[in-house]
Amino acid sequence: MLQWLYKLGSPRHFYEMTTGFLPWLAGTTFLLLGIGLVWGLGFAPPDYQMGDNFRIIYIHVPTATGAIWIYAMMATMAAMHLVWNLKVADMVAKSCGIVGTSFCAIALFTGAFWGKPTWGTYWIWDAKLTSFLILLFVYVGVMALRSAFDSETSASKAASVLTLVGVVNLPIIYYAAVWWNTLHQGPSVLGDRDASANPPEIWIPAFFSGFGLIGLLFLIVILHTRNEILYRERRAQWVQELLDGERAHA
Amino acid sequence: MKRQALGLLACLRATLLRELQIAASSPGKIVNPLMFFVIASALFPLSGRLDLAVLGSIAPGILWVTALLAVMLSMEGLFRSDFDDGTLEQLLLSSQPLYFHLLVKVLGHWLVTGLPLVVIAPLLGLLLNLPAAGYQPLILGLLLGTPTLSLVAAIGTALTVGLARSGLLLAVLVLPLSIPVLVFGAGVVDTALNGLPVAGLFSLLGALLLLAASLAPLAIAASLRISVQ
Repeated sequence: MLQWLYKLGSPRHFYEMTTGFLPWLAGTTFLLLGIGLVWGLGFAPPDYQMGDNFRIIYIHVPTATGAIWIYAMMATMAAMHLVWNLKVADMVAKSCGIVGTSFCAIALFTGAFWGKPTWGTYWIWDAKLTSFLILLFVYVGVMALRSAFDSETSASKAASVLTLVGVVNLPIIYYAAVWWNTLHQGPSVLGDRDASANPPEIWIPAFFSGFGLIGLLFLIVILHTRNEILYRERRAQWVQELLDGERAHA
Repeated sequence: MKRQALGLLACLRATLLRELQIAASSPGKIVNPLMFFVIASALFPLSGRLDLAVLGSIAPGILWVTALLAVMLSMEGLFRSDFDDGTLEQLLLSSQPLYFHLLVKVLGHWLVTGLPLVVIAPLLGLLLNLPAAGYQPLILGLLLGTPTLSLVAAIGTALTVGLARSGLLLAVLVLPLSIPVLVFGAGVVDTALNGLPVAGLFSLLGALLLLAASLAPLAIAASLRISVQ
């Protein structure tokens, strides 16, 4: 197990190990996403209160949940990069930053378009919404810091430190938002609905699209990391050989 | 003659004195954040025909946001000259613990930039029609909150000290992380204006300060080591 992890830490091994694994991941992802979205958007019965608007759930909930967990993954990678100086960990963290920012933005936008017909407004300063907005700011900060450095080493270390500072801060920000919200306005009970009221025809597609989006998340992270590996190791022997092989193939 | 190594306390005192002396030699360091605080707060009433009661009710938020910006902008110079003339490298090589050194350095910086803001804040409260019940929580809140802001902003400063133009980037990094202090700090004043008990919120501000004082120096030290390479 340890040796496997150690091997995964070397860029070359990461690249070679994921090569065989990628088609399977991509296949499963698109199968799950396809089933989930076609079923959810096309065939699931309309909600008894929200009508067809509720279908945004099939994108909104997985991206929102994903946005949080990608930050956790990014922070783990950042810690591994700082402690063991693992290059691959930093490349994964960088990819996580990009995917996390997009997921967070998608969650906010789909939420806004869901809010308009159901709550009557695109945006309210609700604790959940506010903390997601701030999560997006933190993601953007990490990406901005990374892009500000010329040297790849400094950029990766600095981004890792900021990511970890964010981990300490995000729970505090969340509780601050909850507290602030309860002071200024009544807690919105908009999201509170009886979970058991949802029939399986509604939540089973959500299951598919949820796992599909998790698959998509890993797929993008791995693909981006592979690109990053090729770019950063472009002067290495094995990358040259790989490229020569591709050229000969073409 | 062999020079005797300084003890930790003597070293920290020297750091604090140095920070104060630098500030005394360039008064702009003290005056500019203060002027920013005053001018930025004065812009809000000018930005619209505001009802005095409305102005009074948003005054805590205005004062806290401008104080936050003033602290952040004043931090940009914290490590700059030390970085430029190599003092920072000597500091990282020093046998004295970096942790305490950074803590004292930020404290010294807060004494010359943060503390004046706290002192002048009641005056701005008058300008913004802050109700009488708000002054004590405003001052105490700023007293507890601005050191936390300085510590958090110092992390951002340490991360960006090696970069040529860091002003806007510093804001993008630091502002989201300062939100809890802003929420609780402005919340203290707001709660007091509504006649509710504020002790719990002061405790939270104090807890944030302790958390920042114990963890931020570690992050600042790590960031400085990255910036000095």
